[in-house]
Amino acid sequence: MGFAINLLNVICYVPLLGAFVIIFLLKQEQSKAIKVVATVVAGVDFLLSVPLWFVYDPAGPAFQLTYVHEWIPAVGAKYHVGVDGISVLLILLTTLLGFIAVYSSFSAITHRQKEYYVFLLLLQTGMLGVFISLDFILFYLFWEAMLVPMYFLIGIWGGPRKLYAAIKFFLYTLVGSVLMLVGILALYFYNSTGLKAIGLPGLGNAPTFDVTELFKIAPQIPAGLQFWVFLAFFVGFAIKVPMFPFHTWLPDAHVEAPTAGSVILAGVLLKMGTYGFIRFSLPLLPDASRQAVGWMGLLAIIGIVYGGLVAMAQKDMKKLVAYSSVSHLGFVMLGMFALNPQGLTGSVIQMINHGLSTGGLFLLVGIIYERRHTRMIADYGGLAKVMPVYAMLFMIITMASIGLPTLNGFVGEFTILVGAFNYKVWWAVIAATGIVIGAAYMLWMYQRAFFGEITHAENKTLRDVNLREQWTLIPLVVLCFWIGLYPKPFFRILEPSIQRVVEAVHPDYLNRPVAQLPVAPPTGRGQEQ
Amino acid sequence: MRADLLALLPELVLATLGMVVLLAGLASRTKRQDALGGWTILALAATAVALWLAATSTDPAARLFSGMFALDHFAVFFKALFLLSSALVVLLSLDYLKRNDARPGEYNALILFATVGMMTMASGTSLATIYVGLELMALSTYVLAGYFRREVKSHEAATKYFVLGAMSSGILLYGLSLIYGTTGTLDLAALARSVGEGRASAATLVGVALLACGFLFKVAAVPFHVWTPDVYEGAPTPITAFMSVGPKAAAFAIFLRVFVGGLGPLEGQWRWLVGGAAALTMIWGNIAALTQDNVKRMLAYSSIAHAGYALVGLVAGGQAGTQSVLFYMLVYTVTNLGAFGFVIMLESREYAGETVQDYAGLARKHPLAAFGMLLFMLSLGGIPPTAGFMGKLYLFAAAVNAGYVALVVLAVLMSAVSLYYYFRIVLQMYLREGQDAEPAALVAAPWTERVIWACGAAVLVIGVLPAPFLAAAKATVGVLGLR
Repeated sequence: MGFAINLLNVICYVPLLGAFVIIFLLKQEQSKAIKVVATVVAGVDFLLSVPLWFVYDPAGPAFQLTYVHEWIPAVGAKYHVGVDGISVLLILLTTLLGFIAVYSSFSAITHRQKEYYVFLLLLQTGMLGVFISLDFILFYLFWEAMLVPMYFLIGIWGGPRKLYAAIKFFLYTLVGSVLMLVGILALYFYNSTGLKAIGLPGLGNAPTFDVTELFKIAPQIPAGLQFWVFLAFFVGFAIKVPMFPFHTWLPDAHVEAPTAGSVILAGVLLKMGTYGFIRFSLPLLPDASRQAVGWMGLLAIIGIVYGGLVAMAQKDMKKLVAYSSVSHLGFVMLGMFALNPQGLTGSVIQMINHGLSTGGLFLLVGIIYERRHTRMIADYGGLAKVMPVYAMLFMIITMASIGLPTLNGFVGEFTILVGAFNYKVWWAVIAATGIVIGAAYMLWMYQRAFFGEITHAENKTLRDVNLREQWTLIPLVVLCFWIGLYPKPFFRILEPSIQRVVEAVHPDYLNRPVAQLPVAPPTGRGQEQ
Repeated sequence: MRADLLALLPELVLATLGMVVLLAGLASRTKRQDALGGWTILALAATAVALWLAATSTDPAARLFSGMFALDHFAVFFKALFLLSSALVVLLSLDYLKRNDARPGEYNALILFATVGMMTMASGTSLATIYVGLELMALSTYVLAGYFRREVKSHEAATKYFVLGAMSSGILLYGLSLIYGTTGTLDLAALARSVGEGRASAATLVGVALLACGFLFKVAAVPFHVWTPDVYEGAPTPITAFMSVGPKAAAFAIFLRVFVGGLGPLEGQWRWLVGGAAALTMIWGNIAALTQDNVKRMLAYSSIAHAGYALVGLVAGGQAGTQSVLFYMLVYTVTNLGAFGFVIMLESREYAGETVQDYAGLARKHPLAAFGMLLFMLSLGGIPPTAGFMGKLYLFAAAVNAGYVALVVLAVLMSAVSLYYYFRIVLQMYLREGQDAEPAALVAAPWTERVIWACGAAVLVIGVLPAPFLAAAKATVGVLGLR
């Protein structure tokens, strides 16, 4: 009974139940009913997740709403779920984007609708499972299981090169995650019986895959083992993020995926990589993380600049947004590996921001694509005249993506840059050029598509966004302004969790005699006293 | 003596009933042949009961027939697995035989005899018992591979299998005779004592190497795998399914019992040999499978690759390694039988419907069966939440624990490669649509369909809640004389 009343379990498995309802109770022909069920399920799931925002107590224990149950006693794997501030925000992002993805697909998906909504809902359960798991095997199970529905979403409803893109996405991420599994096993045995043939004695604890247990032994893990495990985790997570040399699957997958697939892919799936770093790599492997800082910073900065420059050269809107993701995720990684509270907080905030703004951009590109069946910037021009509401929404999301003050992107990027500046000045200097490049390619695209004369006769008759399309975008716009104008609640919910990560990865940091910029607004704790 | 016979009860029952089935098949008229499948299932069920009786009343530690036979947990686990796989194969054959106008009498009887052989192998604690069981199994399987006498491919398969199999038996015997000649015993416990005192001569080691070659042939490991694709392609599909699970699991049973048990003290000498074979097997099995268009050949290479994974568990050795191989055999059996069930459904007559392209668009026409096939492909590739993932997790965990990290890294990378060819089938079923390919028709095969459902359910259940199955494998702790 305890299982079914745990809020996290409910949030995670409601989409799965919805998928079963669609599979068993509805027929392919009942497309309206399928859409209604899928939308209601995704909507209810979002509403169910909203209480997390209030129930989660930042001042409370590290992981809350936990639920533990024996699962595979033979290996010490438990069914253990729980959330901290970081996962609360990511769960909210996932349920919101999940709902939007379902709601935005009504007119885009016209064939094999039943399977489509089933896969979307299964994907939702997989992603939520990743964010709530506190046991490595459980985490890994969701992490990999989620690949399958995404493979189908790209492969069945994707663009012309969908088969190539789908299998590329699948194999790339799979190769990374299987190596991660080896890293997990190495940690697991170091904690218990050791690795016999290479002469590494274990700590002799009871075998467990429980992450919270493994956190406790983090300081004792020898540096050599940390290095190899970090490397194994790095491959898994960096491919997912994707960081610079591993990013080549992303443009293919993004461009070929259907709109909702791109939204989920950019909005949530990429965050699973960055989440993996902040949840596992940093606190479990502190020494290796500190040693890797230089390399990670370098890759992040290359990603920022390279992603931006490549985006600038794109003629296809969707590809442009895809490469802009490489650049934005570079910021996330840069902030994270500054390994200070500002950088890490900014990094998580930027994960949310990127989900909102890039998700929004993919929705917007999808809307225009449905009307004209082209994504080439050159095929548009002067759209602001025929689609004023669309142009306005596009402008807001563009500005959010660029990082204009009063919108969310500014808050995230600024905090990250402060963190980076605190760590190394030249990091911040080069990364800041990434913002300039970002403004350049986004505004240039906007200018070419929306201003000037209408050069193509077909564009004169385009319908503006309809009510349903507006409603898929309005929540994103509202959140963009909210985070941009009043980010304090987000900082407040993150602060203790970030603090714990910093304590784990950089125990001396907080004693450093350096003046800290009060980036986070004065914390709630201080005011209450 | 009475205790000895009681422990042998399952084999006695099954051999007797096998002969009954054989005679009934000869005596009955063509129209009543259908019922023979039912009788065969009953025979296997009766054997299961006998196994239960024998297992509950026999001391697991006892060595019977002067130390030649044991009914320990290890043997019981494997015997139950063999009964399960044989029963599933008989069910898979019901519709298939009818479709191809083949006489089921001898066919079913031969499956039962092969099962007796496998059960004897699992219990053998002397190299002589093991060899006798092995030959009984092998001879029955040779005949089964060539059961379609008019079909050239089937003929070819049987001939190749027989010639190469006989040669491998010869190598095995040569190894046995060298070991017997130098140590003076065929009894595994005595052998372990003998080689454990550090008195293993060079001739013994040569014998061990030859023995390893013989076993590697039986599990279809590289470089002794060349027979597999041709035999798997040519044999009647239910027999291919049978060969890929039953005899393979039996070969692993004796491999474990002889090498981890009897030759355990020499593990420093044979580990590099078997470990090298495991690495080669995983690499070549997966890479060769990438280019196969014939699904049966692809599954043949896939079964080679899976032998490689299981060998990793064998190399890891010890209790954890042994248990992981046992569990993996269970996982592989349900998964592979399910996958072959789907292939059987697709084969409308003899060898039609075997190329990957024949699977195009099946998901729309047969959503349930295609979903089953998706599960089997995911399970073979080791993607959660299927049984295959848990099986590999347990295998690789044992190997990492033993310190074979490099071998595990190779294994996980190769299982990522394997997803490419498993997903070729998934791609055809789900991603290709009606316009460029008319979906092939699945023939009506109610029993085959039920087997697919049962295997699909098992794959999911083991994948999500593996605890009881792991516990069953774990109950075999210590029976091989492991510390």
